[in-house]
Parts: sequence; structure tokens; C-alpha cells
Amino acid sequence: MTPSRFRALSAPVLVLVLFVLGLFPAPSSSARADSWEGLTNRGVVRWANDAEGGAPYIFHPADDASKLVGFEVEFAEALCSRLGLRSEFVQYNWANLIPGLRQGGNFDIVVAALERTPENLAQVGMSRPYFVFGQQLVARAADTGITSLDGLRGRTVGVLGATLSQRLATEAGAEVRVYDENVNYFRDLELGRIDAVLTDSPIAEVNLRDRPLLRRAGRPFAPGFYAVAVPAGDTRLLERIDGAILELYRDGTLERIYRKHGLWSSEQATIGTWTDSGEAANPVTRPAGGFARWNVYLPILLRAAVTTVWVTCASMALAVAWGLVLAVGRVYGPAPARWFSIAYVEVFRGTPLLLQLYFVYFGLAQQLGWKLSAGAAAVLTLGLNYAANEAENYRAGLQAVPRGQTEAALALGMTPWLTFRRILLPQALRISLPSVTNDFIALFKDSSIVSVIGLVELTKEFLIRALDAGDYLGLGVMTAAIYFAMGWAASAAARAIERRLHP
Amino acid sequence: MTATRSTSAATPFIELSRLCRTYVSGEVKVHAVRDVSLTIGRGDFVAVMGSSGSGKSTLMNTLGCLDRPTSGSYRLDGVDVDGLDRSALAHFRNHRLGFVFQGFHLLPRTSALENVELPLLYRVPMIPASTRRSQARSALGRVGLAERLDHHPSQLSGGQQQRVAIARALVTQPDLILADEPTGNLDTRTSIEVMALFQDLNAAGITIVMVTHEPDIAAFCHRTILMRDGRIVSDTRPSARRDARRELAGLPVVDVPTGPSEP
Repeated sequence: MTPSRFRALSAPVLVLVLFVLGLFPAPSSSARADSWEGLTNRGVVRWANDAEGGAPYIFHPADDASKLVGFEVEFAEALCSRLGLRSEFVQYNWANLIPGLRQGGNFDIVVAALERTPENLAQVGMSRPYFVFGQQLVARAADTGITSLDGLRGRTVGVLGATLSQRLATEAGAEVRVYDENVNYFRDLELGRIDAVLTDSPIAEVNLRDRPLLRRAGRPFAPGFYAVAVPAGDTRLLERIDGAILELYRDGTLERIYRKHGLWSSEQATIGTWTDSGEAANPVTRPAGGFARWNVYLPILLRAAVTTVWVTCASMALAVAWGLVLAVGRVYGPAPARWFSIAYVEVFRGTPLLLQLYFVYFGLAQQLGWKLSAGAAAVLTLGLNYAANEAENYRAGLQAVPRGQTEAALALGMTPWLTFRRILLPQALRISLPSVTNDFIALFKDSSIVSVIGLVELTKEFLIRALDAGDYLGLGVMTAAIYFAMGWAASAAARAIERRLHP
Repeated sequence: MTATRSTSAATPFIELSRLCRTYVSGEVKVHAVRDVSLTIGRGDFVAVMGSSGSGKSTLMNTLGCLDRPTSGSYRLDGVDVDGLDRSALAHFRNHRLGFVFQGFHLLPRTSALENVELPLLYRVPMIPASTRRSQARSALGRVGLAERLDHHPSQLSGGQQQRVAIARALVTQPDLILADEPTGNLDTRTSIEVMALFQDLNAAGITIVMVTHEPDIAAFCHRTILMRDGRIVSDTRPSARRDARRELAGLPVVDVPTGPSEP
């Protein structure tokens, strides 16, 4: 969820490093060693999930925020204990669980509602199912027209990224909006920003309990399996886990856990009867790497970059205009304007941008009924946030203009307003320009944060495609190159302006 | 060039009467100028001296219509300045007064010619660009900088920058030039050059009031006013005045401004 930032390294160095690395093939994941020996020696299994996943999977109960509960937590603990090992939870960003497992080092297995799909099987080893789920369509209670996926052509459907739901909704011809986690789309559905949500039945089950405005639209369909993920090729560990799951099913442990969370259904019988139909033997053929297929991915990334550019430019325009008002209020205004400006700057630069974005997008909609579109909320938030930086840049500029310039202009018979506009402001802007350019380039990168409210900009597109292609390096080089090109264009424009101002 | 503006020969050009200026700084009242009455005739050349805090800057700001008296009255060429609003004051400064500062205060990265044009730039009705340009060129000619029109302040010496500033004060053809330590940042020779210019302008009929700390420089003026604690403590006319042109002639020639090119 945190936007990737390339700020620390200068862009050309980064591109060079990635390019050189990109020339070498990624290590083959099938060559991974058998890990069972190591696990038994250590006596502990590190299993990964993302606590942001929420109820009923993994969550902090309302009465004790220090505890972590959920049917996956209980299943993972039961699994580890059946393997004869202690269980250790590792927190990891959900979208990066599979790349993280492939890379190794941080955790041993993943128990995080990963679906047993050909896409996943091509990248990691997957156990037999530990839970059978269906796709559940959710609509507003008042909107009785929606009964099945077929009726959603051209309407907006919220889904989690890189899931079966996303594929099904896309195939049904719906306008798909991709979310990062599974609470925000229910919120947007309640607010009327989207028409339906397609999600895994457990998520629907729990969220419908306290959302009277929403209803189930039809029965669950398209059954799918949650499976434990292990490093590719680690067959000994996989066999142990498969055996343990079967035992947990047969002795009723799974039924006890799932009933406790209101998730038991007759479909779960499949856990006992399931046999490997061989989809693992025929994994989907994947491109060798994103870098080799630049002609496919580069246009996709460039289209996403258009979103980055307009969000950045619109936000910067707002930040410049509003920042100037704040700076003038602070330097020349009466006491109330001065205090407002100081408070504004401190609040906006002292609180996280992500929090401000949630506040504007969800907070305003829920409390005041201002349902801004994702684009408007993104531009408004980034603009208001960066205005605080700009205000300080302009204040520095205004205060750096020698006092004599004002005295002289007034003495020459200019009115105070004319003096400000024609003498002070141009000199102040000239002084501020390098810092403003800096912020403009930073904003290109910071704009990636808007993906959390469903805007697919460059970084989000990169994450989606890199997951598809299984190639973070090649697509990373392309994405970095695009960011670099945008930032470089902005610097070049700024240098041209500076040359005009400093003949 | 100034005769037409005079309302009556009997009216003094500058007439300050019982001028007081009090600043309130927190709980403390600061009496910057206390009960000053002063008349200055047309064509006079007055040096105002005094230590810092003596009230001379406040007096200059009042004369320059940049500050209003707390009490008392100020008439300039028969006009009651207190009765003018902010924009009328700006108009008055622009058309009647010229200012010269210790720190020159030219616009950086702007040519000498454009700096001198500035006071004419925002006049209503607009002055055609060609007229502005030729007036600025002739003002720069008057201060001996006809060859430096396109130079930026950073490419000019301190003395040359001050001459550009004087040209900027001259371009509006003012009746009164107010100079605040115009030689404070200059070496001795350059100071004499600037005083030569002022003496030329004064000879051409312009009234000049100049703040200075240096008695040597005050000796170029007709009249010296000494201030202390917000009051005038002496007002003298030295019998022998220094003549800057003659002194310059006795010094090795470096870059002497020529005399005024118009009457």
C-alpha cells in the first residue's frame, strides 16, 4: 500500500543500476532447496499474512487490540502444531506476499487467502485447499435491479486486485475498479460511488453483518480454494502440509474453527475429497520477463503515466495558487490571516498525506455527504498538502527580497499593491523557483499514493503488471525510466524559466 | 521648469508646522519628532544631520509623503499633503518627488535604462514606450551614463549605480529630490562626483534635502540642519560652500560625469 519511492537515489543512477541488473536473468525458483530440514531444526514455522486483511481472516478484536484473531490465524496455528512446530506470525503487505515468498528469507509459508489458481501455481507451490469459498456479489439494498454478474455490463464493480473476482467482473463486461483492501469498496458502495462489489464469500459474510444498506445479490458462485503457499519446488514441505490439512479436516478441527466464525458450509466437504487435477503440472505459460516484452508493457505503463501527469499538474497548479495566498497572508496579512496560515502549514505538513487522502475521500463523504470523485479527491488532497510546502517556499522568497526594494518602489510613487505585484513578487518567485521545481518533481512521485483510492497511476500499474508478468526488475526499469523522463522534463522546463529570469 | 508650478512667490516651497510623530511600540510611546517647524525655500540645498534616533529619518519620510504626522501640518508647494489619500499620495510622489537612497535599491537583473524607465511605467494615462525610453535615455545622459544604458546593476560600480538611481529620480522631472545618505556607501572621490551632480541639479533649480552623517559632505550644501532627540537644535548657512566641480578638476580624471545637458 505504501507507494514505492525512488527519492533516495538519484534517478539516473537508479536507472543505470536497474538496467545493469536487468541484463542478468532472475535466479530460477525451481532450484530452491528443501526447507523441511531447516524448519524442524529451528522448531518454528514463520507464516505470513497481512493483518489489514480484516475479519473474518485476520484481525484485531474490538475488545483487545493487542490480540490477533480470525479463522486463518486459528488455522495457521493448528497447522503448525499438527506439523509439530511452533507458529510465528509475520506481517507482510498482502499484494507482495508471493514475490516475498519467492525471494525468501522473511517467512517460510503464506496462509493468507491465496487462491489456488494457475497464475499462483506458476510462481509458488500450493497446498490442497484449506477453505472453499464462492464469489459473492453485493449490491445496495435499495438497488434491487442487480441480481447477478450478467446484469453488470457497463456498471462499476469494485474488486480486489489480482483476484478471481477481478477476472470474472472483467469478463462480464463490467467497469472494474481495483481496490487494495476489502473495506474501502464496501464504503464506496454504500456511498454510491460504485454499483456493486464482487468478493470472496467470507468477506461478504462478515461485512454484511453491520452494513444494513447493503445486501447479497444472488448466491455464491464460481467456487475457489484458499491454499497454503510454499516456495516453488519445495515438495517435501508441501506433502507434510497437505497431510496436516487432511488430518485437521478429518478430525473436525477445521469444522470447529470455521463454525466459530460462521463460515462452515456443506461445500467445505471438498477439502476432504479434493485431488490434484494436475493444474500444477500445466502452469500457464508466462512471458520470459517484462523487460523482453517492453513493446507490450511500455504502452500500458505510458497510458498510466498520463494519469500521473494530470494528477500531478492539476495538484501543483492548486498548490501554487493556494500556497501563494497562504504566504502573502503570513507575511503581509493581519494577525488572523497570519495565524491561520501558520496553523494551516503546521497541520498539513505535520500529518501524513495518506491520512489526509482518506479524510478527504471517505471522511468528507461520510460526515458531510461531499462525494468527491477519486480524481477530484486526489487533486484536492495533494494540492492542499503541497500548498503548505509552497507557502513556505514563497515566504522564504518574499522575505529574501531586500527591504530597500519596497522602500524604493513606494518612494517612486508605486502603490503598495503595485509594489507587491511588480517589484516584490517577481523577485520572490525567482528566489523560490529552485525549491518549487524540487517539489514539482517530488509530487510526480508522491502522486502514486492516490492508488489507495482506486486511481490506477504509474506505480499502481507497475505493481499490477509486475505481479502479472512476475518481473519486478524489467518493469521496474521501465517505470523508473518513465518517472525519470517526467522529472527530467520538469527540471528542463524549470531551467528554461530560470534562464529567462536570470539573463 | 519649475516656475509654472509655484502657486505664489510668497508661499514657502516646504512648510512644516508644529510637526509631531509618535510611534507606539507595545506599551512604550516613542516621540520620533517633537514639535518641529521648518520652512525650506524653492531651490535650496539642505543637509540634515544628526545621530541615529535623532528623528532625521522620520522627518525625511514625512517630507517624502511616505509617513503621516501624528499632529501638525505639512504643505508642499501649497498642497496640504495630509488631505491626500493613499493613491493620491502615490501619484504625488511619482510626479513631484525624486528619491535617492544609500543602498541605491535598483532592480537587479534589469538594465540601467529599464530601471530609469520604471517610475514612468505605471503612469495613468500610459506614456508611450518610445517617449519613456527617450526620457530615460536623456536622464541617464544627464548623469553621464549615456554609454551604459544596457548594463545591469551588477555590471556597474557603486558610483555608477548611484548615478543610475539619481537618473531614476530625475526622469519624472521632480521639484524636490530627497536623498538619504546618498554617499554613505561610496569612496571619497565617488562621493564628490555624486555631490557635483547634486550641485549641478540644484543649480538647475531643483530643491534638494539630503541626510548625511559626514560634515565634509554637508559642506557642499547651502544650509545644514542638526537634529537631536526629535528636535532641530541648529540651523546654519555656512559662508563658504565647497564646490565639487572645482575639487574634481584638481583630482586625477577617472570617470567624471558631465554636466547637465538641459537647462
